Amino acid sequence: MSDAVPKIQIHGLKKSFGDKHVLRGLDLSIGKAESVVVIGGSGTGKSVLLKCILGILEPDAGSIKIDGVEATKLSGSARDAHLAKFGMLFQGSALFDSLPVWHNVAFKLIQAQGMPRKQAKERAIATLASVGLSPAVGDLMPVELSGGMQKRVALARAIAAKPEIIFFDEPTTGLDPIMADVINELIVKCVREVGATALSITHDMASARKISDRIAMLHEGRIIWQGPKGDIDHSGNPYVDQFIHGRAEGPIRMQVKRF
Amino acid sequence: MTLPYGTVSDVACLAPTLTPPSPLDTLRLLLLPSHRLVQIMNPFALIGRTFLEFLSATGRLAWFAGTSVMHCFRPPFYFRQIGRQVVDIGYFSLPVVGLTALFTGMVLALQSHSGFSRFDAESAIPTVVVLSITRELGPVMAGLMVAGRIGAAIAAELGTMRVTEQIDALTTLSTNPYKYLIAPRLIAGTLVMPVLVLVADIIGVFGGFLVCVYRLQFNAANYISQSWQYLEHRDVASGLWKAAVFGFIITLMGCYNGFNSKGGAQGVGAATTNAVVTASILILVSNYLLTGLFFADK
Repeated sequence: MSDAVPKIQIHGLKKSFGDKHVLRGLDLSIGKAESVVVIGGSGTGKSVLLKCILGILEPDAGSIKIDGVEATKLSGSARDAHLAKFGMLFQGSALFDSLPVWHNVAFKLIQAQGMPRKQAKERAIATLASVGLSPAVGDLMPVELSGGMQKRVALARAIAAKPEIIFFDEPTTGLDPIMADVINELIVKCVREVGATALSITHDMASARKISDRIAMLHEGRIIWQGPKGDIDHSGNPYVDQFIHGRAEGPIRMQVKRF
Repeated sequence: MTLPYGTVSDVACLAPTLTPPSPLDTLRLLLLPSHRLVQIMNPFALIGRTFLEFLSATGRLAWFAGTSVMHCFRPPFYFRQIGRQVVDIGYFSLPVVGLTALFTGMVLALQSHSGFSRFDAESAIPTVVVLSITRELGPVMAGLMVAGRIGAAIAAELGTMRVTEQIDALTTLSTNPYKYLIAPRLIAGTLVMPVLVLVADIIGVFGGFLVCVYRLQFNAANYISQSWQYLEHRDVASGLWKAAVFGFIITLMGCYNGFNSKGGAQGVGAATTNAVVTASILILVSNYLLTGLFFADK
C-alpha cells in the first residue's frame, strides 16, 4: 500500500450527547508511524474522539478510515480485526484489579490471540522490563502499585501485543513532574520500538512537546490549528497561544451554566 | 449584563432568532425556571413522562438481555470465568442460603404446629413443611438472599469497572465485555441457582424435622415417611425451574445496573441498590407467574 494513504483519516466527525454537541465536524489525518498529540481544554471532546475511533461510541456523522478502510459501523469479525490494531493507555490506567500485573499485561495475548499462559507470562515479564519494572512486579496486584508504576504497567499492556496504533489518554495526569517525564520518555521509546502510529490527547504541554511529531488543537468540536510541534510557539492562532501559555484572558472562555 | 444562569450572550444563543432579545424575551427566559416548575407540577406531564421513561427503560433492559443471551451461545466461551462465577455465586452462597433454609424450615414447623393443633391436624405438618419448602420458600428465600449477596456484588464490581474505564479497556484489548463479563455470570447464575435451591430444600426440610422430632416429640420415621408420602416430582422440579429463572434475573439485573452505571462512587452505589431492589421485585412477580403456570390445573 502506498505511504500516501494515512494510517488514520477522520473527516467531518460529529458526535452529540442530547443537545450537547461535542464534536462538530472534526477533520484529522495521521500518517503511518507518526505521533500526533491533540491538545485542548477539559470537556472539548478529546476522549470522545478516541472512543469514536475505537468504536466504543458510534459517531452521529462523518468518516473514520484506518488504512483507507471505513471503520464506523463495523461489526463481527471485521470489528475484531479493527480492534486488534489498537493499544491504549487510559488516563486512570484502567488496570483490571482482579488480575495480577503480569496477567494485565498479557491479557490481549491470552484472551484475544490464544497464546498459552506460560508463554504469555514470559512475554509480559519482558514487556514489563522494557518499561523499567522488575519481574517481581508481575506477581503483584495493581492495587499494590504506586500511580507511576500503574502507568508503566498500563503502558506495558498497551504495547505488549505490538499494536499498529497506540492511543494515549492524558498519559501524565496525576503524576509528579519527574515521573511524568519518565513516562513521556518511555512513550517515545516504546512507540519507536514498536513502530506504531501514536495519537495522544493531553493538556500537559510539556508532555505534548516531548511525545509528538505534530500537534493539533481541538476547540469546540473542531481542529482549529495543527502543525509541527516546533511551530506551536509561533502559530499565530490566539486560541493556541492562550492555551499553551495557560492564560485566563483570551478568546477561550470557560463554559458558564446555560438554561 | 449577568443573568442568574449565564450572560446576555448566552441568552442570545438560545433565542430562536438572530435578532437581539427583546426585554419581553429576556423576562420570559428569566422566568424559565418557574415555567419548568409548573411543567413538573403538571400531573399529566408527570404521568406521561414517567410512562415514557418506563417504556424506555424496559426497552433498554430487553435489548441488553437479548444481546447478553445471544453472547451466551456464541463463541468464544470463557470457561475460566464461568468456573470462577460458579464458585462465587454457588459455593460461597451456600452458608447464607443454608442458614436461611434451616431457620425457615424450623419456623414453618413451629408455626404449623401452633396453628394445626387447634383442629388436631398435626399429622399434616411434615407434608406442609416439605411442600412449602420445595414449592415456594426454598426458591424464593434462596433467590432473595442471593439477590442481596450476588446481585449487589455483581453491580458493584461491574459499576466500578465502568467508572474506572476497565470495561472500555477490555474493548481495546479485543475482548467483548458481553462475552467476558456478562455471559459467564448469566450462565453461572442460571445453572447454579437450582443446585443451591436443591440444597436449601434438603436443609429446610431437615430444619422442620429437627423441630418436630426433638422439640414437638414427633416420631422420626413417621415424619420422614409422611414427608415422602405426598411429595410429587413436580413439587421439587417446579422449585428448581423457578430457581433457574431467579438466577437469571439476579445476574441480569446485577450486570445491567453495573454495566450502565454512571457518575463515580454515587453511581455505583445507586447501581447496587437498583440491582437488589429490581431483582427482588422481579423474583416475587415472576414467582407468582411461574406458580400460576406450573400449578394452573390444581
